[in-house]
Amino acid sequence: MSKEKVNLFKRPGVQSFISSLICIILGLFIAFIVLLIINPSGAFSSIMNVIKNFFWFRNPASRLKYFGETLAKTVPLLMCALAVLFSYKVGLFNIGTPGQYCAGICASIYAALNWNWGWLPCLLFAMVAGAALASIVGVLKAYLNVNEVISGIMLNWICLYFTNAVLTPVKNPTGKDTLTIASVNKGGLIPSLGLDKLFNDKYVTIAIPLAIIIAVVIMIILEKTKFGYELRATGLNKNAAKYCGMMEKRNIIVTLVISGALAGMGAGFYYLTDFEQWAVTSSTVPGMGFNGIAATFLGGLNPIGTIFSSYFITHITAGGAFVDLTKYSSQITDLISALIIYLCGFVLFMKTFMNNVIRRREVKKTGKYENYKQDGRKN
Amino acid sequence: MLLLIQYTLIFASVLTLVALGGCFSEHSGVINLGLEGIMVMGALGGALAMRYLPIGIPAFFYILLVIFFAIIVGIIYSALLGVAAINFKADQTIVGTALNMLGTAAATVIVKAINTAANPNDVSSIIQYIEPKKKFIVSFKSFEFNWFMLITVIILACAWFILYKTKFGLRLMACGEHPQAADSVGINVLKMRWFGVMISGGLGGLGGICYILAGVSEWRFEYGVAGFGFLALAVMIFGQWKPTRIALAALMFGFFRALSNTYFGFGFLTNLGLPSTFYNMLPYIISIIVLALTSKNSKAPKAEGIPYDKGQR
Repeated sequence: MSKEKVNLFKRPGVQSFISSLICIILGLFIAFIVLLIINPSGAFSSIMNVIKNFFWFRNPASRLKYFGETLAKTVPLLMCALAVLFSYKVGLFNIGTPGQYCAGICASIYAALNWNWGWLPCLLFAMVAGAALASIVGVLKAYLNVNEVISGIMLNWICLYFTNAVLTPVKNPTGKDTLTIASVNKGGLIPSLGLDKLFNDKYVTIAIPLAIIIAVVIMIILEKTKFGYELRATGLNKNAAKYCGMMEKRNIIVTLVISGALAGMGAGFYYLTDFEQWAVTSSTVPGMGFNGIAATFLGGLNPIGTIFSSYFITHITAGGAFVDLTKYSSQITDLISALIIYLCGFVLFMKTFMNNVIRRREVKKTGKYENYKQDGRKN
Repeated sequence: MLLLIQYTLIFASVLTLVALGGCFSEHSGVINLGLEGIMVMGALGGALAMRYLPIGIPAFFYILLVIFFAIIVGIIYSALLGVAAINFKADQTIVGTALNMLGTAAATVIVKAINTAANPNDVSSIIQYIEPKKKFIVSFKSFEFNWFMLITVIILACAWFILYKTKFGLRLMACGEHPQAADSVGINVLKMRWFGVMISGGLGGLGGICYILAGVSEWRFEYGVAGFGFLALAVMIFGQWKPTRIALAALMFGFFRALSNTYFGFGFLTNLGLPSTFYNMLPYIISIIVLALTSKNSKAPKAEGIPYDKGQR
């Protein structure tokens, strides 16, 4: 009986899940200690409020409404996480995701407000904008060997200033935010097909099921198709892929284009619901792309796991609004997600550790070291 | 014109300091993408020192103390990278990114907590240092000489000397080129990498305090350091991991950064009618172009970014 249990813990999926759980618990625990240091009274209730988020409301209708809003906010994060994940599987760290997300915002809002396009063309335009920005990183990487992390960061800043400049003409004359799409062009809003009635929240749209479908599609492309196999092979060893007749340069560019398109689409999914407007005086790139990195690694680099980790990160970020703001700041949730990314760096170590424990137990039980098969350490 | 030179020199100082930090870390074999976060934490250390140190201390000791705290906080913070990347063989890109996010988030939380504790209505993340800032500056007519410019030159000379003329520096570089070979002649690779990361932490922290003292006399910690850590990495790559070239590259980047602060003082630039946004973008655009031109024949340390594994062939 205990042998089956050991086998369960040997499975990479289970190990990823346990590692992610450890990251979350440690992250929350460290945040709790930080709160304790800042002000001991109220630290526990504040960290519990972060975890509870919309359960903070007593009324079931409000709970449902805020659950819907949390889901709506999860969509862009999930798309950004998929963007990071897709490129990471191909061995590229697309830290330009915030910039590509920003390009998507710029394109979708401008098309909806200035050209009065319908929601679908706006969404596609956002995709193209994200993809175009990412293709610059791809070309620089493939042909000129420019480190994709540094060029990505530079493009983030360029795109931020660009977006501010482009969206200034369509901003609300009295404020610094762009106009709401509902006030200018109702056709620019993503339809909700009755989902808004279900959650009693107008921001709940078909973007939510679409994003989940995209996550599944990404999973299938990466794991089950020849195209995905070629991309992953390029990521594992560029030279070997070239030797096998794969076009490694093309693969790098294609990967980043898809990644950028995902990020751009995420921006469209979010900003075309009117949930939030862009402030044209923004001085930092949207944090969505950076949180996407957290969601990717917390999800164990698996598209399906990413759905849950994105939801979790959105959940605690939204929960940040419920901390006792007279004592603490809501940025405590940024701290938690940063801590989680940091701890995710230790996942490899945790997995090796788990495998070592399992091996030691097996050796103890059988008394023979030779019986231990190496395949237990796969992945 | 003087203003342009002044800003160029001060931004170049920041970039040189931080890029030298990156240079030490990479020569030891660890990619330090967390420089941005380290700068924020160093700036926080220095800013808190300026907030709490009595203003009556003589300028010389005052400057030394502020720098000391910035460096110490930078070193402590970089230890997070050291533990993960050197001892636990973590992915250096992930850890570096985490440090950047953690730096800004932690600094914001800390400063807000301090501000709110002092005054319950104050929920901003701003630290002011109007009086302390004057101690760092010597005015020659309209030109403001900042002591950090001198410090940078001294550190640059030291960095060059340490890297190329001492046993320590040559060993450090060996660990970044071929750690197995270095280990075989009795150099402790892990220890050397720890030195590399800690030096980069110290220099990153120093660069951070220098950056927030460059223009304004208060700092809002939510903003971080606006990608300067990454600009410094671009400077380092353009400088081909060599201290003297890094300084020249930093002067060039500093010039373009300074231009965005001062372009309206030049008639022919304002006559071009380019939007101010363009000048804000300029340093980043230039760095991409420069990287595109120089990355092909990169002289990067061979083993950078690869965790050291004794058993590996």
